[in-house]
Amino acid sequence: MIALLLRDLRLAIRAGGGFGLALAFFLIVVTLVPFGVGPDEAVLSVIAAGILWVGALLACLLSLDRIFALDWEDGSLDLLATAPVPLEGVVAVKALAHWVTTGLPLTLAAPVFGVLLNLPVAGYAMLVLTLALGTPALSVIGAFGSALTVGLRRGGLLLSILVLPLYVPTLIFGAEAVRRASDGLAYEAPLLMLAGITAGSVALLPFAAAAALRVNLR
Amino acid sequence: MELVVSDLTVARGGVPVLSGVSFRMGAGEVALLRGPNGSGKTTLLRTLAGLQPALDGKVSLPPEEIAYAAHADGLKATLTVAENLSFWASVYGTGAIDGALERFRLSELARRPAQNLSAGQKRRLGLARLLVTGRKVWLLDEPTVSLDSASVGIFAAAARAHLDAGGLALIATHIDLGFEAREIDVTAFRATARQGGAFDEAFA
Repeated sequence: MIALLLRDLRLAIRAGGGFGLALAFFLIVVTLVPFGVGPDEAVLSVIAAGILWVGALLACLLSLDRIFALDWEDGSLDLLATAPVPLEGVVAVKALAHWVTTGLPLTLAAPVFGVLLNLPVAGYAMLVLTLALGTPALSVIGAFGSALTVGLRRGGLLLSILVLPLYVPTLIFGAEAVRRASDGLAYEAPLLMLAGITAGSVALLPFAAAAALRVNLR
Repeated sequence: MELVVSDLTVARGGVPVLSGVSFRMGAGEVALLRGPNGSGKTTLLRTLAGLQPALDGKVSLPPEEIAYAAHADGLKATLTVAENLSFWASVYGTGAIDGALERFRLSELARRPAQNLSAGQKRRLGLARLLVTGRKVWLLDEPTVSLDSASVGIFAAAARAHLDAGGLALIATHIDLGFEAREIDVTAFRATARQGGAFDEAFA
């Protein structure tokens, strides 16, 4: 299991692995928005929480098809399925590797990007906290979508359409918690909902994804 | 260690390809799977390896005893030869890779990224993976594709050593590997009409 995690991280860091892709995309979204909506600080601070969350979500979506598609193409997925590791564990580890290479850098970089959007000071801690809580759900849900579409050539479009609706609750509660914290309101309810979604996805979806992989490998 | 396959029906895409497949292999035995393209050799091997369910019949060994090698080698282009092999060694919990590198003459290439290998060298690395699995039963699907005659010799020697150590091997191949082996012709088991098989393979 640890060997698989290390291999996936190593592959992500080596040339062409896609590490930093999500971060660069996030930066592009966040820097383009002020050009698009104008430099009005009041407007920006209102939409900052939403833009930061949407940006993180899209950045995450960008690299989803890599989770299983590359292993499918070179045959390692077949070999992993016959190896003495449970497929559920393989899914969980690959989702974790995806989170370490996308969700974690996004979470750590988010406060810097918040400055670009004039996020209210009270919102920074909550932005980092919600992203830390919410991005694991994005990775696990994405791994499930990736497992469903693994046999399809150019399955990226289908994957996005499948996964986007599943991402909506995470986005709503994540952005809502940041917005409330920025405005000095009570933020516990959306934060707990966000944590609940993540806990549920992490507990259940590896099993669903492994079942989808078994069907696709036939 | 014995592999007994009795009355096995295997399907591809929900349609039975082979039915009534029965044979028995003991330790140290090798069998060559013969049959024209599309006759179901790969489907049979994938079923035995546990990658797809059989429609009917029994296999005496669980997939946990079996090492499977497919057309694709499962190599990562940006990892070196040694990194590729040690990954599988740690997945199977066997550890040492030097013996496998040595046997397939890959020691000198150990630090080279897999993307710089020739097709035959990649194939040799894919086959070296079998040694680090530490499993007794090998199911090989066209193991000699893109190997030159010297490399086929290396492979045959490795397979011979594996058999002598009490392993067994079922090999789908078209060429002569240079050792005595019985042949199993899958055309004899060709499924005649659509029989059994759930309507939708997803629910089979």
